Amino acid sequence: MKRIATAAGLITLVAALASAPFFLDAYGLGLMMGLAGYVTLATAWALFSGPTGYVSLATVAFVGIGAYCVAALSEVLPYPLVLLIAAGIGLAVALVVGLSTLRLSGVYFVIFTFGLAELIRQLVTFYEINVTGTLGRYIFLGITPEQIYWQLLALGIVTMLLRWWIGRSRIGLALKVIGDDEVVASHVGIDIARTKLALFAISATIMTLVGAIQAPRWTYVEPAIVFNPTVSFLTLIMALLGGATRLWGPLLGAVPLFLLFEWLSANFPNHYSILLGLLFILIVFALPKGVLSFIEQMWGKAHRTDDSGARS
Amino acid sequence: MFVTTLIAGLVLGGTYALVAMGLTLQYGISRIMNLAYGETIIAASFLAYALSSSFNINPLISLVLAAPLGFVFSYLIYGLMLRPLVARSKTAMALEIDSILATFGLLFVIQGVMLLMFGGNYISYSYMNFGVDIFGASVAANRLLALVLALALGGGLYLLLTRTLWGTALRAVAVAPSSAPLVGIDANRAVRLAFALGGALAACGGVVISMYQTFTATTGVVFTMKALIVVIMGGVGNLLGALSAGLILGLVETFVATYVSPGLTLAAVYLIFLGILLWRPSGLFGKARR
Amino acid sequence: MTNTSRRRALKTLSLSAILLCTTAGFSAIAQERTSVKIGYVVSKTGPNAGGAGITTIPNYVLWAKEVKDAGGLELPGGKRLPIEVIEYDDRSSAEEVVRATERLATQDKVDFILAPWGTGFNLAVAPLFDRFGYPQLAVSAVTDKAPQFVKRWKKSFWMLGGGHDYTEALAGVLTKAKAAGTINGKIAMISVADGFGIDLVTAARPSFKKAGLDVTYDVTYPAGTTDFTPMINEAAKGGADTFVAFSYPPETFAITQQAQVAKFNPKVMYLGVGTGFPVYGKNNGPNAEGIMSLGGIDPKNEANAAYRKRHEDVTGKAPDLWGSVITYASLQMLQEAIKRKGIDREAVSNELSTGSFKTVLGDTKMEDNQLRTLWFGGQWQNGQFVAIAPVDRPGATKPVLPKPAWQAK
Repeated sequence: MKRIATAAGLITLVAALASAPFFLDAYGLGLMMGLAGYVTLATAWALFSGPTGYVSLATVAFVGIGAYCVAALSEVLPYPLVLLIAAGIGLAVALVVGLSTLRLSGVYFVIFTFGLAELIRQLVTFYEINVTGTLGRYIFLGITPEQIYWQLLALGIVTMLLRWWIGRSRIGLALKVIGDDEVVASHVGIDIARTKLALFAISATIMTLVGAIQAPRWTYVEPAIVFNPTVSFLTLIMALLGGATRLWGPLLGAVPLFLLFEWLSANFPNHYSILLGLLFILIVFALPKGVLSFIEQMWGKAHRTDDSGARS
Repeated sequence: MFVTTLIAGLVLGGTYALVAMGLTLQYGISRIMNLAYGETIIAASFLAYALSSSFNINPLISLVLAAPLGFVFSYLIYGLMLRPLVARSKTAMALEIDSILATFGLLFVIQGVMLLMFGGNYISYSYMNFGVDIFGASVAANRLLALVLALALGGGLYLLLTRTLWGTALRAVAVAPSSAPLVGIDANRAVRLAFALGGALAACGGVVISMYQTFTATTGVVFTMKALIVVIMGGVGNLLGALSAGLILGLVETFVATYVSPGLTLAAVYLIFLGILLWRPSGLFGKARR
Repeated sequence: MTNTSRRRALKTLSLSAILLCTTAGFSAIAQERTSVKIGYVVSKTGPNAGGAGITTIPNYVLWAKEVKDAGGLELPGGKRLPIEVIEYDDRSSAEEVVRATERLATQDKVDFILAPWGTGFNLAVAPLFDRFGYPQLAVSAVTDKAPQFVKRWKKSFWMLGGGHDYTEALAGVLTKAKAAGTINGKIAMISVADGFGIDLVTAARPSFKKAGLDVTYDVTYPAGTTDFTPMINEAAKGGADTFVAFSYPPETFAITQQAQVAKFNPKVMYLGVGTGFPVYGKNNGPNAEGIMSLGGIDPKNEANAAYRKRHEDVTGKAPDLWGSVITYASLQMLQEAIKRKGIDREAVSNELSTGSFKTVLGDTKMEDNQLRTLWFGGQWQNGQFVAIAPVDRPGATKPVLPKPAWQAK
């Protein structure tokens, strides 16, 4: 009975979200697009980083690859094929990176992924200048903001479902063990390397698609615009703040934070930095275990026995 | 030609090493991933600029002023903001996440204050911009100062850490924060001092860099990321590692610019960085630790 | 699924629904018109803030203050309405500039939107200006594709010329100097690997080739490069006595300093953005003499001199000597077009496109929605950054070559 209620609730929510463009103006739609983008990114980020505890700053590397694929190919190939190719390239890069980073851990992994994103940006820049002879590319596709939003929404839902499914599957169990203790995991016969690699690849492919889908919104694409490291930081912060180990955590980090950024920049353009910084510090002190846990506490019935609970 | 390139590379590397040394102390010993590190550097740069342009105070005097200010500032930040986080965190991972989030906030606060005070414009003045002849290569005196300062501070602190009791205590805290108190070390005080010392180093770096590099209120992030790369490449908490990693990056950049293509300098830097990590996953001088 | 986690899912669900409603609640309620609303989105923070902070923001501030002091914007028939300025910070993010522009158009329902800073950002918002019907006076955007953009976005105006305008002007100056025997016609050229640098360097190659000039060194460097010693050494080796750098301000400042340290004394030194900043002349003093760049001013133009004085009085700093005055002129044109046509955006766009205006640039008129009467080259002479090209335009000063050698400080 409850299961049906949950499913019905979710379907209603999805329907409401999908019909949003019919009620909202361009700005509202722009907001929803940004929300859908960041929720998807944060969820995809947590797909890999949540259970494994590997903090990645490579998000924008994949987003940028996706955007560049669209910019480079959209004039010569049909759009769905471009998306497919983008996803393929993202997947390939993710596999190479994943294979090479298996030995790294902790902060070494964090900064490695940051370096990787910058390396890709530098290489794309060098290629564009010396091979194609231009830097910026124009995207003149007839894709409307509504279509971008629906694509992002669909991708976001798929990502959530994927995460939910992985959490229930054997891989999910394996991941929990890896996150707790890699040595134990390898002793009980879990192929750590393959599991981590698979997750990293899936997460990266989704990020690549987010970049590819959003690209037509900007008209003009250049490395400084699509490889903006802020995107990696925001994604990480949103997921961590919401609670990266939980299914709904990244969403509950991304939505309020995104709206907070928006509200601050709309109302305090000159004091944005200071207010944002102070709020951040406040949040860290007030919500030591993430937004999701905080909400549960606020509801007064924190049943955290069935879950690993706090981030560890 | 080769010697000229070598010297230019070492001088550039000196800047990188100087910038990274404070961070390696803060992260290696105090275990705080301080994302607001670069903002401390820029704040010191603004101090030097403001004193020089408004009161005509020699930036070398600002250097002497900035170091204790950086020390006190970082000391207070640690005590007020970071100490409670350290106290409440149960695992190293939890502290890492908390310190990333909190110093991310701090970054914005400092940046916002600087924006309000100085605006977003490019700031540039020059001091000691004359050539010094070294083996036939003309080197800018201000950049040479950065290299000399990096070597002196790096060497001095290295001796301090390895030869004095206080230094040994600091290293003990870095290796085993939970066991250090057992042998009578006040771990809290030690990490706070290390964090403050890191701030003082950052401030020194900021003053020297302002003599030759254009900066804005928002360029701190660039320095933080460069410093992080140097620190990680050298091995966290290792001063000699930071020094050599900084110099290596400077050399790579200069040699690639001269013999390959200036367009690939940054690509080469990241490539070397990634390569070294793949070869030694805990950095050049780092010891693998779980 | 256990009971508790299902309950939690429902809670999360209802919470997201609440948040969704909050989003919708952002929609402001339309207000009664008592004023003319002017909005702009510009990079107040982030990597672009340095450029926007000198060329764009101070001029918007200055203009708004002048309109306010004059009792508001004049409409046809002499009636004046006060202006209400709404400003946002895009934090140097393309995503942000797009969304904030949408906010201006649909939430704040502003009457006019002033252009953002930078080529990329002007292009990012161009489809929005077009869709919502706002004229876009893009000043800080150097692009050779302006004629195509004008066809695509009918209400867009491109006011800073294209890369080849500047490189043709430079090639003209160099050809003359070569004919006079001042320089040997060999050029060492470096450029920043960013929109501006690439646009100019790709225009420069054919310009120099056509003029019979020989490029001996031609490399790009990544934005954010701080050490130019290797490039200066290489440039000096090839026998070129003309040095050209299509650079951004931090690099322009660094190259100037490092060329002095390296005792690199080319006969012609042409640097990019930042050379025309007043602070460049102030910081380098006699060593700025002879250095050339984009832009420049006619020192005898009184309107311009008066503008610079007002700029300094109101904003506390002097304007740069390339884009600032164009930014200000674009606002004067907008103001005048509103005075003639009211706040009908369609009519104002037409007027901007076809009318002629008196601005600080003198008599100004768009050609195919582009401003073409510009100074494409300037040089520091006697502490002033004077215009030297196009040579045949009245008010141009003669270039002084070779550049004097660096003086020891």
